[in-house]
Amino acid sequence: MGVFSGLGDKLKHVFSKISNRGKLDEYEIKQAMREIRIALLEADVNYNVVKDFVAKVSERANGEEITKSVTPGQQVIKIVNDELVELMGAKNSKLEVASKPPTVIMMCGLQGAGKTTMCGKLGALLKKQGKKPLLVACDIYRPAAINQLKVVGKNVSVEVFEMGTQNPRKIAEHAVKHAESKGFDTVIIDTAGRLHINDDLMKELEDIKKAVKPTEILLTVDAMTGQDAVTVATTFNNRLDITGVILTKLDGDTRGGAALSIRAVTGKPIKFCGTGEKAGDIEPFYPDRMANRILGMGDIVSLVEKAQEAMDEETMRKMEKRVKDATFTLDDFLIQFESLKKMGGISEVMQMLPGMGRFNLSEKDIDEKRIEKFKAIISSMTKKEREHPEIVKSSRRKRISSGSGTTIQDVNQLLKQFEQTRDLMKKMKNNKGRLPF
Amino acid sequence: MGIFAKIKNALKKTKDAIAYRLNKLFTGGVLNDEFYDELETILLSADIGSETTESILNELKKVIDKKHITDPGRVRDELKAIMRGILDFELPEEEYPLVILVAGVNGVGKTTSIGKLARNYKKAGKSVTIVAADTFRAAAADQLTVWADRAGVRIVRQNEGADAAAVVYDALQSAKSKGTQVTIIDTAGRLHNKVNLMEELKKIDRVIDREFPEAMRLNYIVLDATTGQNALSQVDLFNEAIDIDGIILTKLDGTAKGGVVLAIAGEEEVPVVYIGVGEGIDDLEPFDINDFVNEIVDGD
Repeated sequence: MGVFSGLGDKLKHVFSKISNRGKLDEYEIKQAMREIRIALLEADVNYNVVKDFVAKVSERANGEEITKSVTPGQQVIKIVNDELVELMGAKNSKLEVASKPPTVIMMCGLQGAGKTTMCGKLGALLKKQGKKPLLVACDIYRPAAINQLKVVGKNVSVEVFEMGTQNPRKIAEHAVKHAESKGFDTVIIDTAGRLHINDDLMKELEDIKKAVKPTEILLTVDAMTGQDAVTVATTFNNRLDITGVILTKLDGDTRGGAALSIRAVTGKPIKFCGTGEKAGDIEPFYPDRMANRILGMGDIVSLVEKAQEAMDEETMRKMEKRVKDATFTLDDFLIQFESLKKMGGISEVMQMLPGMGRFNLSEKDIDEKRIEKFKAIISSMTKKEREHPEIVKSSRRKRISSGSGTTIQDVNQLLKQFEQTRDLMKKMKNNKGRLPF
Repeated sequence: MGIFAKIKNALKKTKDAIAYRLNKLFTGGVLNDEFYDELETILLSADIGSETTESILNELKKVIDKKHITDPGRVRDELKAIMRGILDFELPEEEYPLVILVAGVNGVGKTTSIGKLARNYKKAGKSVTIVAADTFRAAAADQLTVWADRAGVRIVRQNEGADAAAVVYDALQSAKSKGTQVTIIDTAGRLHNKVNLMEELKKIDRVIDREFPEAMRLNYIVLDATTGQNALSQVDLFNEAIDIDGIILTKLDGTAKGGVVLAIAGEEEVPVVYIGVGEGIDDLEPFDINDFVNEIVDGD
């Protein structure tokens, strides 16, 4: 399945020969650093960034005491992880606000990075926070770009300012005046995608910047970008002094090493991530999760957090106890389903697991409609039946199926699945007693 | 961030950073472990990926051994020969009627590439229809219509939100009745790990097979040259869904050189067919192996 694969396995191999000597050995560290270097390059972290990074990790690892409870491999991964998190900076998803409104946000980036889509998401986010944003169509080059922004704006009910395909600097200036007179507090300027080496177009951005003095200049970068991310980010930063970065298309299966590269060479914070095609698919940037992702450790932290949000402590503890005592009932089963749904559905949960993003789960395996059916069935049971599913025999099954609008086969299937889950939980009891998600 | 100041300096000549470092390596030094280590790092930082880099290095060592090469200067040509070998595929002769299905992740330049492709066929004297089957992204069909006008070809489109496979179905009926020689289908950008969207693409693929069995089929994936190792995953999963015949590698007019296609050719055995080198309608060129390899290794 590839869970904890890649770097974890390789490091385990490097350190497999040493037992507990209490210290990390120089030769093995050198081997480990080679594996780390390759792993980071494979994750698309820039070569120069990797070199400096590995030097730093190596220095810290040399002679470090090994904590008793972990293996040397885990110890090194922890050092790598810590350094990655540190390098990527703190969580910072706050947009600066101008002392005198409107706050101007200028988007910029290469073609196809996802600027227009992100403008819509930012607009929706600001609106949700009680602001009054205005989107501005300054991409006068790409065919139908203005139309696209208009549709995006309409979908999130945010006004779009456009003046056709005349000079983008003039459009931006007029938009800000329009915002001042009409009481918009935030202006989001969508600019055309451009190559960082196109001097004329980069100059155009400098002109817009000079004219409307944006509080935020956000570079939008595709998370799948390879080694070139550094060149792109450096050039944009040198010419515009960007204030932050937005990483898009993180719902793909990319490791996203570009995030580390960009942060390292620009020193600017990554403020948001785009995680889907819907207007609400925008998230703050979490350095620790990104570190896990780059190292191929999966988004375990996110998963745990989402699980916690979906199920409060108390319910969780109660259920753990029930699992331990093997008194897990159909009611608990239902609670599990509901929390899964709150976590964004099974498919989303699966994608956060290490190694799973790469695998295509067929919809059959994770049919959410079936869960709806199960819910209906359980709701049609009496309290006694839910607590003692073993009493549900043929006549009860018939009643329950007609009561819930399902078939007897559906009821059978539910009972079977419940039994399997309960067995699984009994087995898990010996591990940590955590729920199976 | 002081420690990264030197990177910024190095980047001044980035356009040829890879070639610059290779050049330094090939002029001086001896063929020892350090030489190969540095070569490995350079190849990896050209987005070539670890698996293909390793096989290039193994092959190179074999050749160097066999030919008793001791001068690093002679390694350059051997390296280029190996790269050319990896990229060399025989492309099928095109026949008409031809249906080209164009797919890829979001933002790689599918619509633009289709405009250019349509223009190429039109210039070659073919009758061309392009089909707006991206019914998802806002204003995608409008964008494609502008390209159809520029290329001077017919476009078939329906409303936003229409079923993509149904648009393709209608377009094929009209292509058949009009005797269109080349039909090019634009699809919505989709991330390759989204099961539902990949199913939709499979459906479009099946509709073409069923409705137009007499046509020659070509399925192209569009890749952004800026993309890193994820391109492998993209080709892998798109190939699994609809059998990819070739790659259109876009945005080669930037500073990225698209080294990842070496990894793709090596691991997935999918050839590059066209490259995109600008935003103009004539900026689509047939892939030339020599030029591509020279660009990576020599920087010109």
